Amino acid sequence: MSSLSTPTEPSRWSRVWNSNIGYSFRRNPVAIVSLMIFLLIAIMSIFAPLIAPFDPYDLGQIDIMNSEYPPLWVDGSDAQFILGTDDQGRDLWSTILYGTRLSLLIGICAVVLQAFLGISIGLIAGYVGGRTDSLLMRLADIQLSFSTLMVAIIFLAVTQAMFGSETFNQYAIYFLIAVIGVAEWPQYARTVRATVLAEKKKEYVDSARVLGFGPGRIMVRHILPNSLSPIFVISTVQVANAIISEASLSFLGLGMPPSQPSLGSLISSGFDYIFSGSWWITAIPGIVLVVLVLVINLLGDWLRDALNPKLYKG
Amino acid sequence: MSLLSVRDLSVKFAMRDNTVTALNQISFDLAKGERLGIVGESGAGKSITGFALMNLLSRPGFIDSGKIMFLGDDIVQMPEAKMRNIRGNKMAMIFQDPMVTLNPVLTIGQQMVETLMAHRKLSKAEAEQIAIVKLREVYIPSPEDRLEQYPHELSGGMRQRIVIAIALLLDPQLIIADEPTTALDVTIQADIMELLLELCQSNKVGLILITHDLGVVSQMTERTLVMYAGRIIEAGRTREIINDPQHPYTQGLINALPQQTKPGQRLKQIPGSMPSLTAIPKGCPFSPRCEFVKDRCHTEAPETVQYANVEVACHEVNRLHTDKAEEIKA
Repeated sequence: MSSLSTPTEPSRWSRVWNSNIGYSFRRNPVAIVSLMIFLLIAIMSIFAPLIAPFDPYDLGQIDIMNSEYPPLWVDGSDAQFILGTDDQGRDLWSTILYGTRLSLLIGICAVVLQAFLGISIGLIAGYVGGRTDSLLMRLADIQLSFSTLMVAIIFLAVTQAMFGSETFNQYAIYFLIAVIGVAEWPQYARTVRATVLAEKKKEYVDSARVLGFGPGRIMVRHILPNSLSPIFVISTVQVANAIISEASLSFLGLGMPPSQPSLGSLISSGFDYIFSGSWWITAIPGIVLVVLVLVINLLGDWLRDALNPKLYKG
Repeated sequence: MSLLSVRDLSVKFAMRDNTVTALNQISFDLAKGERLGIVGESGAGKSITGFALMNLLSRPGFIDSGKIMFLGDDIVQMPEAKMRNIRGNKMAMIFQDPMVTLNPVLTIGQQMVETLMAHRKLSKAEAEQIAIVKLREVYIPSPEDRLEQYPHELSGGMRQRIVIAIALLLDPQLIIADEPTTALDVTIQADIMELLLELCQSNKVGLILITHDLGVVSQMTERTLVMYAGRIIEAGRTREIINDPQHPYTQGLINALPQQTKPGQRLKQIPGSMPSLTAIPKGCPFSPRCEFVKDRCHTEAPETVQYANVEVACHEVNRLHTDKAEEIKA
C-alpha cells in the first residue's frame, strides 16, 4: 500500500524534454548545434545595444577618417575595430550586430504576416470548400506565378518613386515586411488547406458540429491546433526565405537604407570596395547571413523529420 | 405531445448528373423519454437518418422534402443559428468510435467547458463543476484529475463514457447514438449500453439507438424501426418485432443470428446483398432477395400496413402467414 506513491506532477519543461520531440532533439547533434548557433545569433542581436562597442546609427560616433580599416588579424588594423570598418568608418562588428537584428526582425515579422494571411485563407478555403475554395486557391496560384522578388521589386520601386527616397527610407522596414509578407502567403495557404481537408473529415469535427459549435470556432479551436505541425515546419523555412528575400532586396538597393543597414544592404555597400581590397565589408556580413540561414534551415529539416509520423524511428 | 415527429422525410444525394434517394419518405414518432432502435444492414440509411435529424447532412446530401418536428419546431426549415442552439443543447449525438470523436489536442476539461460555455452563460469554474458532476454520473473515477488529461491518455471504454458525459452535459431531451459500442470490445460494450440505458431512464431522455445489433436493440429499446434501402420496412414495439417479425427481411435478420443456429449448421444468411442506392430495384426494394417474391413485388412499391401489432411494408404479409400456418399443419 505504502509503496504506491503518487508520481509528482511533471513540470512543463520536463514534459517537453521527455516528449518524442525532445528525445529526437537530444539525439540529433546537428539540431543541437544549429539551435545553439541560432540562439547565440538571436541573443547577440537582441542585445546589440549592450554588446556593440559603437552605435552605428549615431553619426557623432562615425569618423570618415576611420574608413576601411581591415579586421584585427590583417596588417594595418586598428585595435578599436575588431572586424574592421566599412566605407563610412563605422565599426563593422557593431553594424553587423544591428544589421542582424534588423534582418531577423524583418524576417520574423514578415513570416508572422504571411502566416496570418495564409492560415486564415487556407482555413477558410479548406473548411468552406466549393466555390470559395476554388476562388481563393486560384488567387494563390496567380500570386505564386509571380516570383516573390519580382513582386517585391515592382512594389518597392513604385513606392520609392511615389514617396521619394527620404520618406521611403524612413518607413523601409514596414514596406519590406508588408511586401515579403504578402508575396509569400500562398505557401501557408496551400499547406494549411491541405491539412484542413484531411482534418475536417475526422469525426471530432463532426462531433464538434453536433455540439452546436459554429464554423469559426470549429476552424480556430478544433481544426487549427490539429494542423500545427506542418505550419511549424514551413515557418522555419519561410523565416530563412524571408531573410534571404530581404537581403536580396536590400542588395538591389530597394531595402534598408545605408544609414540603417541590414545584412543585405551591408553586403551591398561593401560590394563597391571589394576590388579595391576591402573584402571584409562584404565577406563578413555575408558569412553571418549564410550561417544564420543555414542553421534555420537545418532546424527546419530536423523539425520536419521529428514531426513526421512516417519517419518515426523506433 | 411527442418529442420528435418525422413525416415523409426524404434525403437525396446530388450526383454528377442525377440525384439518388438515400431516405425515401420515412415517418416515425418519438415520445418524451422513449427509446427507439433503428436497425438495418450497412447502407440502409440509419446514420443518414441520424444526421438528418441534426440537420447536419454534408454535401452532396440534402433534405429533399418532409418535416422533422422537434419540440414543436420544424428542424428542416429552421435557420442555422437557431439550429446550432439545439445541437448539443436539446439534442446530442454519440458516435461510433470514441478514439476519434474527442479532439486529440484538447484536454477533456477544455472540451467539456467549451461545450458548456458555448450554450450557457457560465464562468469557467461553474462549468468545471458541472463537468465533474457529469463525469461522476458516468462512473469516471476521480473526475477532477480527468479534466486535465488528454484523450490519448484514456482507454476506449473510458473515452466513450466521456463522450456520453459530454452528450449529457446540457441535459438534452434526445440523444442519438450511432452505433455507440461497435468500436469497443464486448465486455465494455455491455457496460456502456447499461450505462446509457440507466442514464436515459433516470434523466427521462429520449434515445434513438442506431445499430445493426438486434440483441442490443432488444435490451435497450421500446420500439424498433427496421430499415432497408432508405425505407422503413417494419416498425413496431421491439418485443413484437423480435418475437414475431412480419417482413421477410426482418425474419431473415433474426434467423441469421448465430443463436438461431445449432452448432455445425451453417448460418441462415439472407442471400444477396443490399442494393446500391443508384440501383434500387423497382417495386419492393427487397424483391430480388425475397423468398416469397410475387410478380407484383417487381412492379408495385408496397404500402405500409398494420398487421399483427406491427406496421409493415410488404405485399405478401398475409401470404407469409398462411404459408407458415400450412407448414405447422403439415
